[in-house]
Amino acid sequence: LFGRGITDEAWDGLEEALISADVGVTATLEIVEDLKRRSREEGVVTAEGVVALLKQELRDALGSTDRSLGRADDEGPTVWLVTGVNGTGKTTTIGKLAAVEQREQRQVVLAAADTFRAAAAEQLGIWAERTGAALVRKDEGADPASVAFEGYAAANEREADLLIVDTAGRLHNKRELMDELGKVKRVLEKQAGPLEETLLVLDATTGQNGISQARAFLEAVEVTGIALTKLDGSSKGGIVVAVQRELGLPVKLVGLGEEIDDLAPFDPDLFVDGLFEQL
Amino acid sequence: MFDALSSKLEIALDRVRGRGRLDAATVDATLKEIRLALLEADVNFKVVKGIVERLRERLVGEEVAKALNPAQQVVKAVSQELERALGGESAGLALTGKPAVIMLAGLQGSGKTTAAGKLAKLLKSKGRHPMLVACDLQRPAAVQQLKVNAERVGVHVYAPVTAGDPVPVARESIAKARESGCDVVIVDTAGRLHVDEELMGQAAAIREAVQPDETLFVIDAMIGQEAVNVARAFLDGVGFDGVILSKLDGDARGGAALSVREVTGKPIKFASIGEKMEDFEAFHPDRMASRILGM
Ligand SMILES: Nc1nc2c(ncn2[C@@H]2O[C@H](COP(=O)(O)OP(=O)(O)OP(=O)(O)O)[C@@H](O)[C@H]2O)c(=O)[nH]1
Ligand SMILES: Nc1nc2c(ncn2[C@@H]2O[C@H](COP(=O)(O)OP(=O)(O)OP(=O)(O)O)[C@@H](O)[C@H]2O)c(=O)[nH]1
Ligand SMILES: [K+]
Ligand SMILES: [Mg+2]
Ligand SMILES: [Mg+2]
Repeated sequence: LFGRGITDEAWDGLEEALISADVGVTATLEIVEDLKRRSREEGVVTAEGVVALLKQELRDALGSTDRSLGRADDEGPTVWLVTGVNGTGKTTTIGKLAAVEQREQRQVVLAAADTFRAAAAEQLGIWAERTGAALVRKDEGADPASVAFEGYAAANEREADLLIVDTAGRLHNKRELMDELGKVKRVLEKQAGPLEETLLVLDATTGQNGISQARAFLEAVEVTGIALTKLDGSSKGGIVVAVQRELGLPVKLVGLGEEIDDLAPFDPDLFVDGLFEQL
Repeated sequence: MFDALSSKLEIALDRVRGRGRLDAATVDATLKEIRLALLEADVNFKVVKGIVERLRERLVGEEVAKALNPAQQVVKAVSQELERALGGESAGLALTGKPAVIMLAGLQGSGKTTAAGKLAKLLKSKGRHPMLVACDLQRPAAVQQLKVNAERVGVHVYAPVTAGDPVPVARESIAKARESGCDVVIVDTAGRLHVDEELMGQAAAIREAVQPDETLFVIDAMIGQEAVNVARAFLDGVGFDGVILSKLDGDARGGAALSVREVTGKPIKFASIGEKMEDFEAFHPDRMASRILGM
């Protein structure tokens, strides 16, 4: 990209690389402006120098927060609530998480609070079978908050270590559905106190809409972290750069496939390198 | 009506009010705003380049002096260009086979199984007798999901197995449809990544086995810049005749519509606008153009 030195063309190319990774227009323009200023101030004149600065800049944008998943330090079970728009990978991510936890000898209960989508509980049930987690479900159309309630009661009773609550996919611009999610969370908190995690599952193929998604879910249920799924495709998931910059929401997990082991902790260095495979 | 692009264009075009034709500098300033608006709407940056170039030719020398509001006039030109790029009024389905066959394909979670139910409902209302065919033997409970959708809309379903090779299921479904008096077969397939050669080959084999009248590519309206690569890979690897744009009930601007149409030339036939079986309609390029421009 900087083959012929730091030309205007090279800066344009950099802008394009960021935009085509879905980093977003606003964030990209700011990042490139910043980079131009810094390379001037710091006397960076080589292409390698600029790319290194860029990586550092993006790395900084992703912050250095704690990315581990929260756990209860008191008696009762840890509770993770999993949310997001339709089809991002919530149920699959829960299955993968259950596998990790069960393997580490922690007893997991899964609550199928998606009572809306066809066969959602059956899907979670298959993951429960695969992982040895227990499943709490009700019939289609049941109140999701009541499923969550019973999930917690069951986890508590059997002295499980962890309750993971699956929720129906919902678009963040649907008021009623977002209120319903708020209710699920409130019911859980009434029993369990503050939840250890409220995860937002974002699909890496998502474009600029990812920011609205994150903003709306943050507002509705105070999301604590992001799981970025489908990174095994060709999308780079650059939208999380904007999400973290604007909303300070850390990415904690990445989904890398449909299989049980295709889940990994988010590694910011790897992620930034992935954004620029072509540079 | 709040319209961010119009107000930005008003600033860019302020100087020309009452001055005649658009000069190169004004056109540049105008195109810059349009470029940003399209990028913000997730139109692929290469597609944006093409559109901006075509607009440049159209705008340079454009007479705006007499226009009461030059910004509105430019916005109109832009949305006409987008509408054109999005294709004409929605093309229907060409279903001539006996039975006719529709196959759905796309990335994971894009909305295929839901669209299968919606198409069945739509066709049933037109007097056809659809049969849904469960060829996603991969995602947990995908077969059950399709069965539930079939029940919800009251149509036949062919779902002989929940694991294994979907190609024989697809092939046998044609005879099964005839036996059960169904005149249209809708084949649901597993979500797959366009970079997964093996699964792309499987989709191509399903297509080969059922020879669809219509292969429809289902794509999520929220998708970002990769829409072009995904669409191109499905076109090359599986082939399709039309597009279903899903989750348009969200607030995504949906620039993918432009990207997909530009790189594949295939018409967008339907808009999926909700989770219920009736949330499905013909695609309207004019509405989509306004939406992409944030109007
Ligand atoms: N390639 C890939 N596919 C994934 C990944 N995570 C999930 N999927 C697939 O994406 C599709 C949707 O996943 P689900 O877990 O059902 O998504 P969801 O968010 O629960 O969906 P809804 O409950 O319908 O909103 C399925 O086909 C999954 O197998 C991932 O990391 N990579
Ligand atoms: N809001 C909204 N949700 C939709 C729409 N179409 C599908 N969905 C939802 O999106 C999620 C995924 O839809 P599916 O039909 O399961 O998608 P799929 O492509 O079959 O997914 P896989 O088989 O896992 O690849 C589900 O929660 C659906 O209810 C739509 O137009 N609007
Ligand atoms: K998606
Ligand atoms: Mg789910
Ligand atoms: Mg499906």
